[in-house]
Order: sequence, then structure tokens, then C-alpha cells
Amino acid sequence: MSSIGTGYDLSVTTFSPDGRVFQIEYAAKAVDNSGTVIGIKCKDGIVMGVEKLITSKMMLPGSNRRIHSVHRHSGMAVAGLAADGRQIVARAKSEATNYESVYGEAIPIKELAQRVASYVHLCTLYWWLRPFGCGVILGGYDRDGPQLYMVEPSGISYRYFGAAIGKGKQAAKTEIEKLKLSEMTCREGVIEVAKIIYKVHDEAKDKAFELEMSWVCDESKQQHQKVPDDLLEEAKVAARAALEEMDAD
Amino acid sequence: MNFMASTQPENRLLGPQSDSQRTLYPYVTGTSVVALKYKDGILMAADMGGSYGSTLRYKSVERMKPIGKHSLLGASGEISDFQEILRYLDELILYDNMWDDGNSLGPKEVHNYLTRVMYNRRNKFNPLWNSLVLGGVKNGQKYLGMVNMIGVNFEDNHVATGFGNHLARPILRQEWHENLSFEDGVRLLEKCMRVLLYRDRSAVNKLQIAKITEEGVTISQPYSLKTYWEFSAFKNPTQGAVGSW
Repeated sequence: MSSIGTGYDLSVTTFSPDGRVFQIEYAAKAVDNSGTVIGIKCKDGIVMGVEKLITSKMMLPGSNRRIHSVHRHSGMAVAGLAADGRQIVARAKSEATNYESVYGEAIPIKELAQRVASYVHLCTLYWWLRPFGCGVILGGYDRDGPQLYMVEPSGISYRYFGAAIGKGKQAAKTEIEKLKLSEMTCREGVIEVAKIIYKVHDEAKDKAFELEMSWVCDESKQQHQKVPDDLLEEAKVAARAALEEMDAD
Repeated sequence: MNFMASTQPENRLLGPQSDSQRTLYPYVTGTSVVALKYKDGILMAADMGGSYGSTLRYKSVERMKPIGKHSLLGASGEISDFQEILRYLDELILYDNMWDDGNSLGPKEVHNYLTRVMYNRRNKFNPLWNSLVLGGVKNGQKYLGMVNMIGVNFEDNHVATGFGNHLARPILRQEWHENLSFEDGVRLLEKCMRVLLYRDRSAVNKLQIAKITEEGVTISQPYSLKTYWEFSAFKNPTQGAVGSW
């Protein structure tokens, strides 16, 4: 699957003879190497979950947040180079506050996704800028209801009802497709996302991970926030139990 | 990388644009705000009037607003500047909430922020023409402070702005004590507001009382105070007066 674009891959402003921009594809590889990030759209909101791979036992749990609030009603989960992700989040925050100060209402999620995608795409147009090495799952709740978008390093953004990026994205996507999202509430969604992340986590290759989850739903009053601790614990317990059940077979 | 244009041109001290950018006088103003600490938190009262010079033009102006989870802000002075301050605080609280780390800005922090804003604007000769009362409770600690357009700020057990300083504070100094009950606090505030209603020409008889405790903020529905005008001195005010007045 990996092709060497010898000679055509030195700059993001160079096309290869078969019409590919290799630098962007390499940026996408950086995303594929990071921990899995999942987002799903349930009937009353969005749930996002991140498999935070722990590189050192010295790290304090709860540090290195991968899910950030962009405004009251929306949040972003980042996969790939964390520092690049921070830039994107900062830009999204500033777009959101700017929109609100000009138009007097919270930025529609569609508009926010477009602006973030434009910004990411911008960095694929100049030879003196490198593309962002991170993909972002953006979830929010505006007056059109809950919406989920994904922005890739190429600047492409689509709207999804279930999305996954990172190491276990193929397996995660398969699992998400099995879920009946239109009938699920966010409470149930939190449990399901935890189960999927525990399932796609590769015990052999990566040892420890921390589960980070957030939601924006009717229960959280359409505000983006971390999933409450008790629900998170419940989800982790259910996920571990489901895993043991599978291993027992 | 900030591509957004600034909303205000540079404030130059010299030059043709300098004067049109500074606040010279207030237009629509609110009158006194009175506040005191009581047993469970802070009680604050303000009427709902917005005066346009000597005309009592707007009679449903809410001059007290909750800020975040722990604070209540009351303002007198230029109403448009108050609205601008609310926008600044809105952004401040938004960024604080986005950390989502279990921590939140308390009244002391908000008061400090407001003091910085007011003092810095005053130093540029472009003040926000307000006197602000900031009260709140966080982790059981009650806080009540004031800051005005020149940046003077302090905290105390009871504060007032404008005419309230002259008419309400003396009453409060006499009758305030630690651990007032809610009913006593309201009664005391109403006493102050009644005096202000009789004697302050820009007061209107439609007020709100707000309370903030550890549980949160409650702002009452607007109501009016009962007033008594049958005092004999009011009936024939010029009787016994020497000359005309």
C-alpha cells in the first residue's frame, strides 16, 4: 500500500505523474500512527472518545488532553501530532469567538467545519508551510441538532454519523457500522464508544492507554464537556467486561 | 496567525481621530446599585431605570447580571459600556469553561480582571463610564467588591455606587451586622432603596433584588416599593419658607 514517491514527494507543491500529492499522504500516515479517535452521532447528541496511548508511567492521568472544547456547544478530538492539533484547536476557538462577536450567535457547526478545513487546506498550498500532521473529529450541537464532522490533513471535511481515525480506525469503523445510532441515546453511546476503543486497542503493540471521552447532548444541556466521572467509570467497567467475555470464547 | 481586522483603529493621543474615539460623557445611565453580605451570600439591589440625561427614558433595564457560576455584577453609569463589559466577561468565562478542568473563576478573580480593564482604559483617557459592584460566593467564601471608572477598587461588607454612597452607606453602617438573615437583608436593602427613590431624581420605582449563594444566582422579578407622600412637609412644602426656593 505504501508507495515511494521518489522525487515527487519533496514538496507539498509538487504533483506526482499519477496526480497525487505525496506530502499530504505522508501527513495522513502521521495520523494513522496515533491512538484511535472515535466520534459517533447519537439521536440526542455526539459522543467522542480517544485512546490516549501512555508513553511513560510517569504521566499523570488526566493530563495531555486530546479532546478540547472549541466553544460552548462544540468540541474537537485530535489524532496525530499533538502540537499541530493544538494549533488547529486554537484557530477553531478564535474562529468561533469571532463569528459570535460579529453575528451574535454561536457558530453553526457546518460553518466551523468549513473554516477549520479551509485553514488545514491552506497549509497544503505553500512550499514554505508543511501540512498539519493531524486529523480532527469535530462534534457539536447547534440549532440544526447534533452534527459530527471530520477534517483530514488534506483539508477534506465531511459530515458523518460515525467516524474513526488513528491506528484502529478500520476495526473501529466496522464496529461503529454495527451500531444502531439513530435509536441510541448519548448515555448508551458512551458505553458503546468505550467498548469499541477497548476492543480495537492492540495489547501486543501498545501497552497502556487512558480513555478520554466527551459529549455534547441534551443531557449536558447542549454544552460540550467531559463525560461525567461516574458514567465514564461505568463505561470502562462495561468495556472491560465485554472484552473478557470475548476473550473467554 | 490572526487574519481578523481589529474593530477599533489605533488610539492615538494626537491626531484628528483621537477625540472621536474617547468617551467624553455618558448618554444612557443607570443610577445606584446597593449590595451587602448576609449569612448565605450576597444581596444586591438596583432599579431598572436608564436615564437619558434628565429624562427617565428606559424603565426595564436589567442592571444586574450573573457572571459564570460564582459571581453577580451590578452596574451604574453608561449602559452601553456595561453591555460591552458583559461581552468581555462572557469571553473570559467562555475561555475559563473551555478548560473543562473542574476549576472556575471566582468573584475575587473576576473583580481583579474588571479592575485591570477599568484602570487600563482610564489610563488611555477612554474610560468605561461605570461603577461596578461585583459580589459572589465560592467555596463558602463571600466576596463583595466595587470598582469604578477611574479604577478605584475595594472590597467591603457593604458597597454602593453613585448616590447610594451618600444615602445608603450611612444606613448600612448603622444597621448592617454579620450574619444577617435573608429577610433582614432584603428589608435593609429596601430601606436603602426607598430613601434613594425619594431623594435621587434618576431613581425609578421598579427594582430588582438579586441574591447569590453557594447554590447560585437568583434575580427577583421587578417590583415596586410602597411610598408614602402624606407627610405634612410634602403637603405644603413652601409653608414657612423664607423667600422662594
